[in-house]
Amino acid sequence: MTFRVNFLIQCISSVSWSAMNYGFFEIVFSYTGSIGADSGWGKYEYFVFLATTWLINSLIQTFCMPNAQEFSELIRTGNLDFALLKPIDTQFLISFQKVEWSSLTNGFMGLGVLIYSLSQLASRSPTPLVLSPLTIVLYIFYLGCGAAILYSVMISLAATSIWLGRNQSLYNFWFYITNFSRYPMEIYARSWGLPLFVLFTFVIPVLVVVNVPARLLADPLQSQDTWKWPLAGFALFATGMSLFVSRLIFKAALRSYRSASS
Amino acid sequence: MERLLYSRALRWWTILRIALEERMVYRGDFALGTLMRFLPIITQIFLWWTIFETIGAEQETEHPEIEGFSFHDMVAYYLLTMLSRAFSSMPGLASGIALQIRNGEIKKFIIQPVDLVGFLLLNRIAHKIAYYSVAFGPFLIVFTLCWWGGYFDSVSLPWTTWMAFLASLIMGFLIGFFLETAIGMIGFWFLEVSSLLFVYMLLSFFLSGHMFPLTMLPDNEIIGRLSYRTIVDMLPLKYLAYFPAAICLETVKGDDLIRGLWIEAGWLVFFMVMCRAMYAAGLRRYSGYGG
Repeated sequence: MTFRVNFLIQCISSVSWSAMNYGFFEIVFSYTGSIGADSGWGKYEYFVFLATTWLINSLIQTFCMPNAQEFSELIRTGNLDFALLKPIDTQFLISFQKVEWSSLTNGFMGLGVLIYSLSQLASRSPTPLVLSPLTIVLYIFYLGCGAAILYSVMISLAATSIWLGRNQSLYNFWFYITNFSRYPMEIYARSWGLPLFVLFTFVIPVLVVVNVPARLLADPLQSQDTWKWPLAGFALFATGMSLFVSRLIFKAALRSYRSASS
Repeated sequence: MERLLYSRALRWWTILRIALEERMVYRGDFALGTLMRFLPIITQIFLWWTIFETIGAEQETEHPEIEGFSFHDMVAYYLLTMLSRAFSSMPGLASGIALQIRNGEIKKFIIQPVDLVGFLLLNRIAHKIAYYSVAFGPFLIVFTLCWWGGYFDSVSLPWTTWMAFLASLIMGFLIGFFLETAIGMIGFWFLEVSSLLFVYMLLSFFLSGHMFPLTMLPDNEIIGRLSYRTIVDMLPLKYLAYFPAAICLETVKGDDLIRGLWIEAGWLVFFMVMCRAMYAAGLRRYSGYGG
Protein backbone atom coordinates (compact mmCIF):
# COMPACT_ATOMS: atom_id res chain seq x y z
CA MET A 1 0.00 0.00 0.00
CA THR A 2 2.99 2.28 -0.41
CA PHE A 3 1.97 3.73 -3.74
CA ARG A 4 -1.71 4.27 -3.22
CA VAL A 5 -2.55 6.32 -6.30
CA ASN A 6 -0.58 3.99 -8.52
CA PHE A 7 -2.46 1.05 -7.00
CA LEU A 8 -5.76 2.77 -7.66
CA ILE A 9 -4.88 3.51 -11.27
CA GLN A 10 -3.81 -0.09 -11.79
CA CYS A 11 -7.15 -1.21 -10.41
CA ILE A 12 -9.01 1.17 -12.69
CA SER A 13 -7.10 0.11 -15.78
CA SER A 14 -7.61 -3.58 -15.15
CA VAL A 15 -11.31 -2.97 -14.59
CA SER A 16 -11.63 -0.88 -17.74
CA TRP A 17 -10.01 -3.66 -19.73
CA SER A 18 -12.70 -6.05 -18.54
CA ALA A 19 -15.39 -3.45 -19.10
CA MET A 20 -14.27 -3.14 -22.71
CA ASN A 21 -14.48 -6.88 -23.14
CA TYR A 22 -17.93 -6.84 -21.65
CA GLY A 23 -18.94 -3.99 -23.96
CA PHE A 24 -17.67 -5.87 -26.97
CA PHE A 25 -19.85 -8.89 -26.24
CA GLU A 26 -22.76 -6.68 -25.29
CA ILE A 27 -22.47 -5.35 -28.87
CA VAL A 28 -22.02 -8.82 -30.37
CA PHE A 29 -25.16 -10.03 -28.62
CA SER A 30 -27.12 -7.13 -30.04
CA TYR A 31 -26.58 -8.80 -33.43
CA THR A 32 -26.91 -12.46 -32.51
CA GLY A 33 -28.89 -14.51 -30.01
CA SER A 34 -26.13 -16.93 -29.18
CA ILE A 35 -22.56 -17.87 -30.06
CA GLY A 36 -23.01 -21.00 -32.13
CA ALA A 37 -26.43 -22.17 -33.28
CA ASP A 38 -27.80 -24.75 -30.83
CA SER A 39 -24.67 -24.47 -28.71
CA GLY A 40 -26.65 -22.94 -25.87
CA TRP A 41 -24.20 -20.11 -25.35
CA GLY A 42 -26.80 -17.37 -25.19
CA LYS A 43 -26.05 -13.95 -23.79
CA TYR A 44 -26.14 -14.72 -20.06
CA GLU A 45 -24.67 -18.19 -20.43
CA TYR A 46 -21.82 -16.54 -22.27
CA PHE A 47 -21.41 -13.86 -19.62
CA VAL A 48 -21.00 -16.66 -17.08
CA PHE A 49 -18.24 -17.93 -19.34
CA LEU A 50 -16.68 -14.47 -19.57
CA ALA A 51 -16.84 -13.96 -15.81
CA THR A 52 -15.18 -17.33 -15.32
CA THR A 53 -12.37 -16.26 -17.62
CA TRP A 54 -11.83 -13.13 -15.53
CA LEU A 55 -11.92 -15.03 -12.26
CA ILE A 56 -9.27 -17.50 -13.37
CA ASN A 57 -7.14 -14.83 -15.01
CA SER A 58 -7.26 -12.63 -11.95
CA LEU A 59 -6.11 -15.56 -9.81
CA ILE A 60 -3.21 -16.11 -12.17
CA GLN A 61 -2.32 -12.44 -12.48
CA THR A 62 -2.45 -11.93 -8.74
CA PHE A 63 -0.47 -14.93 -7.60
CA CYS A 64 1.58 -16.33 -10.49
CA MET A 65 2.30 -13.69 -13.10
CA PRO A 66 4.50 -11.38 -10.98
CA ASN A 67 6.50 -14.39 -9.82
CA ALA A 68 7.06 -15.79 -13.29
CA GLN A 69 8.40 -12.42 -14.42
CA GLU A 70 10.58 -12.22 -11.34
CA PHE A 71 11.88 -15.69 -12.10
CA SER A 72 13.17 -14.71 -15.56
CA GLU A 73 14.88 -11.77 -13.93
CA LEU A 74 16.42 -14.00 -11.22
CA ILE A 75 17.96 -16.17 -13.91
CA ARG A 76 19.34 -13.29 -15.90
CA THR A 77 20.93 -11.62 -12.89
CA GLY A 78 22.11 -14.85 -11.28
CA ASN A 79 20.14 -14.20 -8.13
CA LEU A 80 18.51 -17.61 -8.49
CA ASP A 81 21.55 -18.94 -6.58
CA PHE A 82 20.10 -17.61 -3.37
CA ALA A 83 16.74 -19.25 -4.00
CA LEU A 84 18.46 -22.57 -4.73
CA LEU A 85 20.41 -22.42 -1.49
CA LYS A 86 17.36 -22.07 0.71
CA PRO A 87 16.15 -25.29 2.39
CA ILE A 88 12.75 -25.18 0.74
CA ASP A 89 11.40 -26.47 -2.54
CA THR A 90 12.63 -24.04 -5.20
CA GLN A 91 9.54 -24.19 -7.37
CA PHE A 92 7.34 -23.42 -4.38
CA LEU A 93 9.58 -20.58 -3.27
CA ILE A 94 9.76 -18.80 -6.60
CA SER A 95 6.09 -19.44 -7.44
CA PHE A 96 4.47 -17.72 -4.51
CA GLN A 97 6.87 -14.99 -3.42
CA LYS A 98 5.01 -11.97 -4.69
CA VAL A 99 1.36 -11.07 -4.79
CA GLU A 100 -0.04 -8.39 -7.07
CA TRP A 101 -3.19 -7.40 -5.24
CA SER A 102 -4.42 -4.89 -7.79
CA SER A 103 -5.13 -7.71 -10.27
CA LEU A 104 -7.70 -9.07 -7.87
CA THR A 105 -10.10 -6.26 -8.83
CA ASN A 106 -10.79 -8.14 -12.06
CA GLY A 107 -11.88 -11.07 -9.99
CA PHE A 108 -14.39 -8.92 -8.10
CA MET A 109 -15.69 -7.63 -11.39
CA GLY A 110 -15.98 -11.23 -12.59
CA LEU A 111 -17.87 -12.12 -9.45
CA GLY A 112 -20.30 -9.26 -10.04
CA VAL A 113 -20.97 -10.24 -13.65
CA LEU A 114 -21.26 -13.89 -12.60
CA ILE A 115 -23.90 -13.19 -9.95
CA TYR A 116 -25.82 -10.88 -12.27
CA SER A 117 -25.82 -13.38 -15.16
CA LEU A 118 -26.78 -16.27 -12.89
CA SER A 119 -29.68 -14.32 -11.48
CA GLN A 120 -30.80 -13.57 -15.04
CA LEU A 121 -30.53 -17.26 -15.93
CA ALA A 122 -32.38 -18.29 -12.78
CA SER A 123 -35.33 -16.12 -13.74
CA ARG A 124 -35.44 -17.11 -17.40
CA SER A 125 -38.97 -18.07 -18.33
CA PRO A 126 -39.36 -21.62 -19.72
CA THR A 127 -36.53 -23.43 -17.96
CA PRO A 128 -34.98 -21.42 -15.13
CA LEU A 129 -31.49 -22.40 -14.07
CA VAL A 130 -31.42 -24.21 -10.73
CA LEU A 131 -28.10 -24.28 -8.90
CA SER A 132 -27.42 -27.08 -6.49
CA PRO A 133 -24.78 -26.72 -3.77
CA LEU A 134 -22.88 -29.51 -5.51
CA THR A 135 -22.65 -27.46 -8.74
CA ILE A 136 -21.24 -24.51 -6.84
CA VAL A 137 -18.69 -26.67 -5.06
CA LEU A 138 -17.70 -28.29 -8.35
CA TYR A 139 -17.47 -24.87 -10.00
CA ILE A 140 -15.08 -23.59 -7.36
CA PHE A 141 -13.09 -26.80 -7.54
CA TYR A 142 -12.73 -26.55 -11.32
CA LEU A 143 -11.79 -22.88 -11.08
CA GLY A 144 -8.85 -24.13 -9.02
CA CYS A 145 -8.09 -26.80 -11.62
CA GLY A 146 -8.16 -24.20 -14.38
CA ALA A 147 -5.82 -21.95 -12.46
CA ALA A 148 -3.52 -24.93 -11.85
CA ILE A 149 -3.37 -25.72 -15.57
CA LEU A 150 -2.56 -22.13 -16.44
CA TYR A 151 0.01 -22.03 -13.65
CA SER A 152 1.67 -25.11 -15.16
CA VAL A 153 1.82 -23.52 -18.60
CA MET A 154 3.27 -20.36 -17.10
CA ILE A 155 5.91 -22.03 -14.97
CA SER A 156 6.98 -24.15 -17.96
CA LEU A 157 7.33 -21.04 -20.09
CA ALA A 158 9.23 -19.26 -17.33
CA ALA A 159 11.55 -22.25 -16.94
CA THR A 160 12.53 -22.03 -20.59
CA SER A 161 14.24 -18.73 -19.83
CA ILE A 162 16.98 -20.85 -18.20
CA TRP A 163 17.78 -22.23 -21.63
CA LEU A 164 17.20 -19.07 -23.57
CA GLY A 165 19.03 -16.72 -21.23
CA ARG A 166 16.33 -14.18 -21.31
CA ASN A 167 12.78 -14.81 -22.34
CA GLN A 168 11.28 -11.53 -23.34
CA SER A 169 8.52 -13.12 -25.34
CA LEU A 170 7.29 -14.90 -22.22
CA TYR A 171 4.40 -12.51 -21.93
CA ASN A 172 3.57 -12.75 -25.64
CA PHE A 173 3.63 -16.52 -25.70
CA TRP A 174 1.48 -16.57 -22.62
CA PHE A 175 -1.00 -14.22 -24.20
CA TYR A 176 -1.16 -16.15 -27.47
CA ILE A 177 -1.69 -19.51 -25.80
CA THR A 178 -4.29 -18.37 -23.28
CA ASN A 179 -6.04 -16.46 -26.03
CA PHE A 180 -7.48 -19.78 -27.17
CA SER A 181 -9.06 -20.45 -23.80
CA ARG A 182 -11.21 -17.34 -23.94
CA TYR A 183 -14.00 -18.73 -26.12
CA PRO A 184 -16.24 -21.81 -25.95
CA MET A 185 -14.22 -24.75 -27.23
CA GLU A 186 -16.88 -25.84 -29.73
CA ILE A 187 -16.00 -22.97 -32.05
CA TYR A 188 -12.68 -24.59 -32.97
CA ALA A 189 -14.15 -27.99 -33.70
CA ARG A 190 -14.55 -27.47 -37.45
CA SER A 191 -12.50 -27.84 -40.67
CA TRP A 192 -8.96 -26.53 -40.14
CA GLY A 193 -9.69 -25.73 -36.51
CA LEU A 194 -9.70 -29.40 -35.53
CA PRO A 195 -5.91 -29.73 -35.19
CA LEU A 196 -5.99 -26.64 -32.94
CA PHE A 197 -8.87 -28.11 -30.98
CA VAL A 198 -6.95 -31.35 -30.41
CA LEU A 199 -3.69 -29.53 -29.64
CA PHE A 200 -5.19 -27.18 -27.07
CA THR A 201 -7.39 -29.84 -25.47
CA PHE A 202 -5.08 -32.82 -25.22
CA VAL A 203 -1.52 -31.52 -25.53
CA ILE A 204 -1.63 -28.09 -23.89
CA PRO A 205 -5.04 -28.34 -22.22
CA VAL A 206 -5.85 -24.61 -22.09
CA LEU A 207 -9.26 -25.15 -23.67
CA VAL A 208 -10.61 -27.02 -20.64
CA VAL A 209 -9.47 -24.25 -18.24
CA VAL A 210 -12.53 -22.02 -18.58
CA ASN A 211 -14.82 -24.33 -20.53
CA VAL A 212 -15.27 -26.95 -17.85
CA PRO A 213 -16.26 -24.75 -14.89
CA ALA A 214 -18.34 -22.41 -17.06
CA ARG A 215 -20.14 -25.35 -18.63
CA LEU A 216 -20.88 -26.92 -15.28
CA LEU A 217 -22.31 -23.70 -13.90
CA ALA A 218 -24.15 -22.17 -16.85
CA ASP A 219 -25.26 -25.56 -18.14
CA PRO A 220 -25.86 -24.21 -21.67
CA LEU A 221 -27.31 -27.40 -23.17
CA GLN A 222 -29.08 -28.56 -20.02
CA SER A 223 -30.09 -32.21 -20.15
CA GLN A 224 -28.93 -32.68 -23.73
CA ASP A 225 -25.31 -32.16 -22.81
CA THR A 226 -23.67 -35.53 -23.31
CA TRP A 227 -20.04 -34.50 -22.96
CA LYS A 228 -20.24 -32.36 -19.82
CA TRP A 229 -19.23 -35.13 -17.42
CA PRO A 230 -16.65 -36.89 -19.63
CA LEU A 231 -15.09 -33.46 -20.14
CA ALA A 232 -15.07 -32.75 -16.41
CA GLY A 233 -13.38 -36.11 -15.82
CA PHE A 234 -10.81 -35.33 -18.46
CA ALA A 235 -10.16 -31.89 -16.93
CA LEU A 236 -9.24 -33.57 -13.67
CA PHE A 237 -6.77 -35.81 -15.48
CA ALA A 238 -5.43 -32.86 -17.49
CA THR A 239 -4.81 -30.85 -14.32
CA GLY A 240 -2.83 -33.66 -12.77
CA MET A 241 -0.80 -34.20 -15.90
CA SER A 242 -0.09 -30.49 -16.39
CA LEU A 243 1.21 -30.10 -12.87
CA PHE A 244 3.32 -33.22 -13.23
CA VAL A 245 4.80 -32.33 -16.62
CA SER A 246 5.49 -28.72 -15.65
CA ARG A 247 7.29 -30.01 -12.56
CA LEU A 248 9.45 -32.22 -14.81
CA ILE A 249 10.20 -29.30 -17.13
CA PHE A 250 11.08 -27.08 -14.19
CA LYS A 251 13.44 -29.69 -12.72
CA ALA A 252 15.08 -30.33 -16.08
CA ALA A 253 15.56 -26.61 -16.59
CA LEU A 254 17.11 -26.19 -13.15
CA ARG A 255 19.62 -28.91 -13.97
CA SER A 256 20.96 -26.84 -16.85
CA TYR A 257 21.14 -23.66 -14.80
CA ARG A 258 24.55 -22.09 -14.79
CA SER A 259 24.80 -19.14 -12.47
CA ALA A 260 25.24 -15.78 -14.12
CA SER A 261 26.72 -14.01 -11.13
CA SER A 262 30.40 -13.35 -10.76
CA MET B 1 22.08 29.67 -47.88
CA GLU B 2 22.51 26.66 -50.13
CA ARG B 3 25.31 25.33 -47.97
CA LEU B 4 23.24 25.75 -44.87
CA LEU B 5 20.39 23.83 -46.37
CA TYR B 6 22.75 21.12 -47.55
CA SER B 7 24.41 20.70 -44.19
CA ARG B 8 21.05 20.60 -42.53
CA ALA B 9 19.81 17.91 -44.90
CA LEU B 10 23.01 15.97 -44.32
CA ARG B 11 22.54 16.17 -40.59
CA TRP B 12 19.00 14.77 -40.73
CA TRP B 13 20.10 12.07 -43.18
CA THR B 14 22.84 10.97 -40.78
CA ILE B 15 20.35 10.79 -37.92
CA LEU B 16 18.01 8.70 -40.07
CA ARG B 17 20.78 6.32 -41.15
CA ILE B 18 22.08 5.72 -37.65
CA ALA B 19 18.58 5.10 -36.35
CA LEU B 20 17.96 2.64 -39.19
CA GLU B 21 21.12 0.67 -38.43
CA GLU B 22 20.26 0.59 -34.77
CA ARG B 23 16.88 -0.94 -35.53
CA MET B 24 18.16 -3.72 -37.75
CA VAL B 25 20.25 -5.42 -35.07
CA TYR B 26 17.69 -7.96 -33.93
CA ARG B 27 15.87 -8.71 -37.17
CA GLY B 28 15.34 -12.47 -36.74
CA ASP B 29 13.59 -12.08 -33.41
CA PHE B 30 11.65 -9.23 -34.95
CA ALA B 31 10.32 -11.24 -37.91
CA LEU B 32 9.26 -14.12 -35.68
CA GLY B 33 7.55 -11.70 -33.31
CA THR B 34 5.61 -10.17 -36.19
CA LEU B 35 4.43 -13.53 -37.45
CA MET B 36 3.35 -14.48 -33.94
CA ARG B 37 1.35 -11.32 -33.70
CA PHE B 38 -1.07 -12.76 -36.23
CA LEU B 39 -1.91 -15.67 -33.96
CA PRO B 40 -4.77 -13.91 -32.12
CA ILE B 41 -6.39 -13.47 -35.55
CA ILE B 42 -6.96 -17.22 -35.61
CA THR B 43 -9.18 -17.15 -32.52
CA GLN B 44 -10.96 -14.12 -33.96
CA ILE B 45 -11.64 -15.98 -37.20
CA PHE B 46 -13.26 -18.87 -35.35
CA LEU B 47 -15.26 -16.59 -33.09
CA TRP B 48 -16.68 -14.61 -36.02
CA TRP B 49 -17.17 -17.74 -38.08
CA THR B 50 -19.41 -19.09 -35.34
CA ILE B 51 -21.20 -15.77 -34.87
CA PHE B 52 -21.94 -15.36 -38.58
CA GLU B 53 -23.09 -18.96 -38.83
CA THR B 54 -25.45 -18.39 -35.92
CA ILE B 55 -26.86 -15.25 -37.48
CA GLY B 56 -27.28 -17.15 -40.76
CA ALA B 57 -29.22 -19.86 -38.95
CA GLU B 58 -31.33 -17.35 -37.02
CA GLN B 59 -32.26 -15.30 -40.07
CA GLU B 60 -32.27 -18.28 -42.41
CA THR B 61 -29.99 -16.64 -44.94
CA GLU B 62 -27.04 -17.96 -46.90
CA HIS B 63 -25.09 -14.70 -46.61
CA PRO B 64 -25.39 -13.30 -43.11
CA GLU B 65 -24.16 -9.73 -42.64
CA ILE B 66 -23.41 -7.39 -39.75
CA GLU B 67 -23.68 -3.74 -40.78
CA GLY B 68 -22.68 -4.63 -44.35
CA PHE B 69 -19.81 -6.86 -43.26
CA SER B 70 -19.85 -10.48 -44.37
CA PHE B 71 -17.74 -13.04 -42.52
CA HIS B 72 -14.93 -12.69 -45.04
CA ASP B 73 -15.07 -8.88 -44.81
CA MET B 74 -14.79 -9.18 -41.06
CA VAL B 75 -11.60 -11.23 -41.26
CA ALA B 76 -10.23 -8.88 -43.93
CA TYR B 77 -11.11 -6.00 -41.61
CA TYR B 78 -9.03 -7.43 -38.77
CA LEU B 79 -6.08 -8.03 -41.07
CA LEU B 80 -6.33 -4.50 -42.44
CA THR B 81 -6.50 -2.95 -38.98
CA MET B 82 -3.31 -4.82 -38.19
CA LEU B 83 -1.79 -3.13 -41.20
CA SER B 84 -3.01 0.30 -40.17
CA ARG B 85 -1.84 -0.29 -36.60
CA ALA B 86 1.56 -1.17 -38.06
CA PHE B 87 1.60 2.42 -39.32
CA SER B 88 -0.03 4.27 -36.46
CA SER B 89 1.21 2.48 -33.34
CA MET B 90 4.22 4.05 -31.68
CA PRO B 91 5.64 1.60 -29.15
CA GLY B 92 7.78 3.29 -26.54
CA LEU B 93 7.46 6.80 -27.94
CA ALA B 94 5.55 8.59 -25.19
CA SER B 95 7.19 6.66 -22.37
CA GLY B 96 10.61 7.38 -23.92
CA ILE B 97 9.96 11.13 -23.97
CA ALA B 98 8.68 11.11 -20.41
CA LEU B 99 11.76 9.17 -19.32
CA GLN B 100 14.07 11.64 -21.06
CA ILE B 101 12.33 14.50 -19.31
CA ARG B 102 12.60 12.79 -15.94
CA ASN B 103 16.24 11.80 -16.14
CA GLY B 104 17.29 15.08 -17.70
CA GLU B 105 18.43 13.68 -21.03
CA ILE B 106 16.13 16.18 -22.71
CA LYS B 107 18.76 18.84 -21.93
CA LYS B 108 20.77 17.81 -24.95
CA PHE B 109 18.02 18.98 -27.26
CA ILE B 110 18.05 22.37 -25.60
CA ILE B 111 21.79 22.76 -26.09
CA GLN B 112 22.37 20.98 -29.39
CA PRO B 113 21.12 22.40 -32.69
CA VAL B 114 18.73 19.47 -33.11
CA ASP B 115 15.00 19.82 -32.75
CA LEU B 116 13.48 17.20 -30.43
CA VAL B 117 10.27 16.61 -32.36
CA GLY B 118 12.08 16.43 -35.69
CA PHE B 119 14.66 14.07 -34.25
CA LEU B 120 11.99 11.80 -32.83
CA LEU B 121 10.04 11.85 -36.08
CA LEU B 122 13.07 10.79 -38.11
CA ASN B 123 13.84 8.13 -35.55
CA ARG B 124 10.32 6.86 -35.83
CA ILE B 125 10.41 6.86 -39.63
CA ALA B 126 13.61 4.84 -39.46
CA HIS B 127 11.98 2.49 -37.01
CA LYS B 128 9.02 2.03 -39.30
CA ILE B 129 11.15 1.50 -42.42
CA ALA B 130 13.16 -1.13 -40.58
CA TYR B 131 9.95 -2.64 -39.29
CA TYR B 132 8.32 -2.90 -42.71
CA SER B 133 11.40 -4.29 -44.42
CA VAL B 134 11.40 -7.14 -41.91
CA ALA B 135 7.66 -7.43 -41.31
CA PHE B 136 6.94 -7.46 -45.04
CA GLY B 137 7.60 -11.21 -45.19
CA PRO B 138 5.20 -12.23 -42.40
CA PHE B 139 2.54 -9.79 -43.64
CA LEU B 140 2.89 -11.14 -47.18
CA ILE B 141 2.56 -14.75 -45.99
CA VAL B 142 -0.57 -14.08 -43.95
CA PHE B 143 -2.23 -11.83 -46.53
CA THR B 144 -1.53 -14.29 -49.35
CA LEU B 145 -2.93 -17.16 -47.32
CA CYS B 146 -6.05 -15.16 -46.60
CA TRP B 147 -6.30 -14.09 -50.21
CA TRP B 148 -6.41 -17.75 -51.22
CA GLY B 149 -8.89 -18.37 -48.45
CA GLY B 150 -11.15 -15.85 -50.20
CA TYR B 151 -11.21 -13.39 -47.30
CA PHE B 152 -10.36 -10.45 -49.55
CA ASP B 153 -13.02 -11.19 -52.15
CA SER B 154 -14.78 -7.85 -51.73
CA VAL B 155 -11.57 -5.79 -51.91
CA SER B 156 -11.11 -4.53 -55.45
CA LEU B 157 -9.07 -1.35 -54.91
CA PRO B 158 -9.37 0.90 -57.98
CA TRP B 159 -6.44 3.30 -58.02
CA THR B 160 -8.37 6.21 -56.43
CA THR B 161 -9.29 4.03 -53.44
CA TRP B 162 -5.74 2.79 -53.36
CA MET B 163 -4.40 6.37 -53.18
CA ALA B 164 -6.90 7.27 -50.46
CA PHE B 165 -5.91 4.16 -48.54
CA LEU B 166 -2.24 5.08 -48.76
CA ALA B 167 -2.94 8.68 -47.75
CA SER B 168 -4.96 7.56 -44.75
CA LEU B 169 -2.17 5.20 -43.69
CA ILE B 170 0.47 7.92 -43.87
CA MET B 171 -1.72 10.43 -42.06
CA GLY B 172 -2.54 7.73 -39.55
CA PHE B 173 1.19 7.33 -38.91
CA LEU B 174 1.61 11.08 -38.40
CA ILE B 175 -1.45 11.43 -36.17
CA GLY B 176 -0.22 8.51 -34.10
CA PHE B 177 3.20 10.12 -33.84
CA PHE B 178 2.10 13.62 -32.83
CA LEU B 179 -0.61 12.34 -30.50
CA GLU B 180 1.80 10.10 -28.61
CA THR B 181 4.51 12.74 -28.55
CA ALA B 182 2.01 15.14 -27.01
CA ILE B 183 1.16 12.52 -24.38
CA GLY B 184 4.86 12.09 -23.69
CA MET B 185 5.16 15.87 -23.19
CA ILE B 186 2.74 15.56 -20.27
CA GLY B 187 5.88 14.31 -18.54
CA PHE B 188 6.90 17.97 -18.13
CA TRP B 189 4.03 18.34 -15.67
CA PHE B 190 3.71 14.84 -14.17
CA LEU B 191 6.66 12.66 -13.33
CA GLU B 192 4.99 9.39 -14.17
CA VAL B 193 2.88 8.97 -17.27
CA SER B 194 2.94 5.17 -17.61
CA SER B 195 -0.47 4.60 -16.07
CA LEU B 196 -1.94 7.43 -18.11
CA LEU B 197 -0.41 5.84 -21.16
CA PHE B 198 -1.99 2.52 -20.29
CA VAL B 199 -5.40 4.13 -20.12
CA TYR B 200 -4.77 5.76 -23.50
CA MET B 201 -3.71 2.41 -24.93
CA LEU B 202 -6.89 0.74 -23.70
CA LEU B 203 -9.09 3.51 -25.02
CA SER B 204 -7.38 3.53 -28.38
CA PHE B 205 -7.68 -0.25 -28.65
CA PHE B 206 -11.42 0.01 -28.20
CA LEU B 207 -12.16 3.32 -29.94
CA SER B 208 -9.75 3.06 -32.86
CA GLY B 209 -11.68 0.07 -34.18
CA HIS B 210 -8.92 -2.41 -33.46
CA MET B 211 -11.31 -4.56 -31.44
CA PHE B 212 -14.28 -4.50 -33.83
CA PRO B 213 -15.58 -2.40 -36.74
CA LEU B 214 -16.83 0.89 -35.29
CA THR B 215 -20.02 0.72 -37.35
CA MET B 216 -21.12 -2.05 -34.99
CA LEU B 217 -21.50 0.44 -32.15
CA PRO B 218 -25.12 0.99 -31.10
CA ASP B 219 -26.88 3.72 -33.04
CA ASN B 220 -29.53 4.68 -30.50
CA GLU B 221 -29.36 8.25 -29.29
CA ILE B 222 -27.98 8.76 -25.80
CA ILE B 223 -27.23 12.47 -25.38
CA GLY B 224 -29.35 14.75 -27.49
CA ARG B 225 -29.02 13.49 -31.04
CA LEU B 226 -25.71 11.78 -30.36
CA SER B 227 -25.31 8.02 -30.28
CA TYR B 228 -22.21 6.02 -29.32
CA ARG B 229 -21.53 5.62 -33.00
CA THR B 230 -21.61 9.32 -33.82
CA ILE B 231 -19.52 10.22 -30.77
CA VAL B 232 -16.78 7.72 -31.59
CA ASP B 233 -17.00 8.84 -35.19
CA MET B 234 -16.04 12.37 -34.13
CA LEU B 235 -12.97 11.24 -32.17
CA PRO B 236 -9.56 11.22 -33.84
CA LEU B 237 -8.75 7.70 -32.64
CA LYS B 238 -10.63 6.05 -35.48
CA TYR B 239 -7.97 7.22 -37.94
CA LEU B 240 -5.45 4.96 -36.22
CA ALA B 241 -7.10 1.72 -37.31
CA TYR B 242 -10.71 1.82 -38.47
CA PHE B 243 -10.55 4.46 -41.18
CA PRO B 244 -7.86 2.97 -43.47
CA ALA B 245 -9.46 -0.47 -43.21
CA ALA B 246 -12.89 0.99 -43.98
CA ILE B 247 -11.47 2.72 -47.06
CA CYS B 248 -9.94 -0.50 -48.30
CA LEU B 249 -13.20 -2.43 -47.79
CA GLU B 250 -15.10 0.48 -49.37
CA THR B 251 -17.32 0.92 -46.33
CA VAL B 252 -16.40 4.58 -46.59
CA LYS B 253 -16.55 5.90 -50.14
CA GLY B 254 -17.46 8.84 -52.36
CA ASP B 255 -18.10 12.13 -50.57
CA ASP B 256 -17.78 10.51 -47.14
CA LEU B 257 -14.30 9.40 -48.07
CA ILE B 258 -13.19 12.86 -49.23
CA ARG B 259 -14.68 14.50 -46.15
CA GLY B 260 -13.07 11.87 -43.93
CA LEU B 261 -9.66 12.54 -45.40
CA TRP B 262 -10.04 16.31 -44.88
CA ILE B 263 -11.09 15.83 -41.27
CA GLU B 264 -8.15 13.50 -40.79
CA ALA B 265 -5.83 16.18 -42.16
CA GLY B 266 -7.45 18.67 -39.78
CA TRP B 267 -6.76 16.41 -36.81
CA LEU B 268 -3.19 16.00 -37.99
CA VAL B 269 -2.63 19.77 -38.00
CA PHE B 270 -4.31 20.02 -34.60
CA PHE B 271 -2.00 17.47 -33.03
CA MET B 272 1.07 19.00 -34.70
CA VAL B 273 0.24 22.40 -33.22
CA MET B 274 -0.62 20.91 -29.84
CA CYS B 275 2.63 18.99 -29.77
CA ARG B 276 4.66 22.16 -30.53
CA ALA B 277 2.72 24.23 -28.01
CA MET B 278 3.18 21.65 -25.30
CA TYR B 279 6.89 21.38 -26.03
CA ALA B 280 7.31 25.15 -25.82
CA ALA B 281 5.27 25.39 -22.62
CA GLY B 282 7.07 22.39 -21.18
CA LEU B 283 10.51 23.85 -21.85
CA ARG B 284 9.53 27.06 -20.07
CA ARG B 285 8.61 24.97 -17.06
CA TYR B 286 11.54 22.63 -17.24
CA SER B 287 14.58 23.05 -15.08
CA GLY B 288 17.58 20.77 -15.37
CA TYR B 289 19.91 20.23 -12.47
CA GLY B 290 23.28 18.57 -12.19
CA GLY B 291 25.78 17.66 -14.84
